[in-house]
Amino acid sequence: MSVYKPLTGAQATAEAMRQINPDVVAAYPITPQTPIVEFFAEFVANGLVDTEMIPVESEHSALSCVVGAAAAGARAMCATSSQGLALMWEIVAATPGLRLPIVMPVVNRALSTPINIHCDHSDTMGTLTIGWVQIYSENAQEAYENVFLALKIAEHPDVLLPVMVMQDGFITGHGVENVKVLDDAVVKEFVGQRNPDRYLLDLEHPYTIGPLALPDFYYEVKRQQEEAIERAKEVYLRAGEELAKITGNTYPYFEEYKSDDAEAVIVILNSAAGTAKDAIDELRAEGRKVGLIKPKLFRPFPYKEYREVLKDKKVIGVLDRSISFGSYAPVYAEIRNALFELDHRPAMQSYIYGLGGRDIFKSEIKNVFEELLSGNVDSEKQKYIGLRG
Amino acid sequence: MATYQDIVSKPTPLAPGHRMCAGCGIPAIVNSIIAASDKPVIVANATGCLEVTSTIYPFSAWNVPWVHLTFENAAAVAAGIETAYKALKKRGKIKDDVNIIAFGGDGGTYDIGIQALSGALERGHRFLYVVYDNEGYMNTGNQRSGATPFGADTTTVPAGTKSIGKTQWRKNIVEISAAHRIPYAAQAAAHNVVDIYNKAKKALSADGPSFLAVLQPCTTNWKYDTALTMKYSKLAVETNFWPLYEIENGKVHINYKPKERKPIEEFLKGQGRYRHLFKPENRYAIEEFQSLVDEEWERLLKLEESGAKL
Amino acid sequence: MADKTGWKDLMRGGDLPPATSREYKTGSWRSLRPVLDLSNCIHCMICVAYCPDMCIPVVRSEEGVVGRNGRIYKGLVRLETDFDYCKGCGICAEECPTDCIKMVREEVVETSSK
Repeated sequence: MSVYKPLTGAQATAEAMRQINPDVVAAYPITPQTPIVEFFAEFVANGLVDTEMIPVESEHSALSCVVGAAAAGARAMCATSSQGLALMWEIVAATPGLRLPIVMPVVNRALSTPINIHCDHSDTMGTLTIGWVQIYSENAQEAYENVFLALKIAEHPDVLLPVMVMQDGFITGHGVENVKVLDDAVVKEFVGQRNPDRYLLDLEHPYTIGPLALPDFYYEVKRQQEEAIERAKEVYLRAGEELAKITGNTYPYFEEYKSDDAEAVIVILNSAAGTAKDAIDELRAEGRKVGLIKPKLFRPFPYKEYREVLKDKKVIGVLDRSISFGSYAPVYAEIRNALFELDHRPAMQSYIYGLGGRDIFKSEIKNVFEELLSGNVDSEKQKYIGLRG
Repeated sequence: MATYQDIVSKPTPLAPGHRMCAGCGIPAIVNSIIAASDKPVIVANATGCLEVTSTIYPFSAWNVPWVHLTFENAAAVAAGIETAYKALKKRGKIKDDVNIIAFGGDGGTYDIGIQALSGALERGHRFLYVVYDNEGYMNTGNQRSGATPFGADTTTVPAGTKSIGKTQWRKNIVEISAAHRIPYAAQAAAHNVVDIYNKAKKALSADGPSFLAVLQPCTTNWKYDTALTMKYSKLAVETNFWPLYEIENGKVHINYKPKERKPIEEFLKGQGRYRHLFKPENRYAIEEFQSLVDEEWERLLKLEESGAKL
Repeated sequence: MADKTGWKDLMRGGDLPPATSREYKTGSWRSLRPVLDLSNCIHCMICVAYCPDMCIPVVRSEEGVVGRNGRIYKGLVRLETDFDYCKGCGICAEECPTDCIKMVREEVVETSSK
């Protein structure tokens, strides 16, 4: 029996981890991910899980321990945010090549400098190119369910890659919502056991894991890795179908909100999509044809599927909560890429918003739609929402 | 007492065909340590000479389960393996007992890896960390590390008309490790494989983390003939430059006291990295070297005599 | 493992089976060869323990082999060096307590064996 519980996004994530009851968790407390570590540590202290938890001395060691544990054969999890993700970057980059199924919730927070503890997406957008599957979550409910989805994808034999599950720092992470929590036994059945085919503790088969590969072999190993993340696209949908059976929700590549007949569509990640939905409801009440696309699976990026739903739109606005300095913003760049094959492309506008936790208001999103519908757009010029001039 | 027969009677964890330099001391160290384990061994290896030369794809020289992740985190990776072992054992998924050993060079241990090492020692994971100490970044061609001794010529602090090379003494990594109140920390040298074997036995039976620093003379970057690796290891001990000692539950015990310690010059001469010290204008540095060695030795003797816990 | 292995056929994640280095013969590095006089060997195992290339095979011999001073050495005894892997470093010769190993230039060995 599912029950509703008032939980923060961090608490919901810890709850998912409790229900998975992984063999090993190693994590370092970093704002705003800290409550995940604290809640989970409490579960350990009170025997609600029998996970071995490693209270590491740094983020670098957090993921290093998790990689060691996963290579040894354990189901191992980590969690991080912002500066922590940046400190562990070396290991973040090294992990996918080893093809270890690791799930790591990430609570999005701005990157220094200036130091700032609040939400934007500059932390995980900085890791797009290195081979982790990335799933973004609008709210605590999605953050909770996406952990199970991530585990299924990570451990699927066609994939065997690490997966990050994102939620917005403070907004989702510390905000309390009514979260529908699955029955423990149902989760246990869904996640099953990890059954690695090669692992260090298999003493009969002493494999060498992580050797040096020079110009004659490195390229081939990396090509395999690319194949695996491409396969994650299909596995994401199949795992989502399985998960849907126990949650009643659906897991498409992106959520389409009133976008079917919309002339103007905005694309926006995570919690701000909630604000956008309110703005859309109000504009729709006025008869304006506006809608939303909210990306969920961001790596691998489903270009073709975006192209299908966006090809007939009049105008598209993409709102990014991070800057890709000196180039198009990360989400905008992907949407723009997705439309390349079209003969007649929609008009497009890139917007930056919400850096370092700056709020974005419904009125601002409504203004975006007004601007898009007015035709005052320039696909090569980045605009800034809520920035003092 | 262990013998050479004990060490060589088991199949070696390392297979031939690896690409360590001719005359390298690392295999003797690795083989004698793993020979001391009465349980299967899992190895976590930091980036460095051993890792690079033993696993050039598609040729692995390892007969035991082995993993390498990056440079500075062998202790963290080993901690993860140890924790996985505890978890899987507790859940009945595995049966056998194992020993977990991390190997790193001095760069990966004294310098860039010291945080991960300190964290793993403090948390009390049951594993053995071994540093094969060749006193610099030798895999990449003799750059200075925190283990490089006084007066050595390295490519990052070269000897020159205004420089004698490194002007600092090295870190005391054994005492740094022991300061984490681990049950066993020790210092050994490549030539004394029986001592290495005995120390590894003690380390692997310790109820907690253990640490072993083994001197590994480097023919390539200390610049001496390939046949002389064990000779320089011996001289390092006979001159008290590299005393053989152990710190068991905080108590210092010196395993070998030369009847008459040899002058440090005997260790320095013939090594290309110290050639410049023999110029008349640099002789003072050899005297300084000698007094640093003697001071350290006196300090170690006092630590042992006092019987106090570190 | 063939050098031409395509990406689809490599083991996942760059993993390798154990001890594949045996296929890589490092004996070609050698310019000096350890020439062993077994009649002077005491089978002390020092050379075996020190050898950086694990290329001195040992066997357990119940009947024993003849060594220094015509004595029969039983138990673990060393055999001829495996020249597929010996890099010719000379540690065995340097450390041998009975001086029963001599380092000889490869071309000299080759000439004299003709």
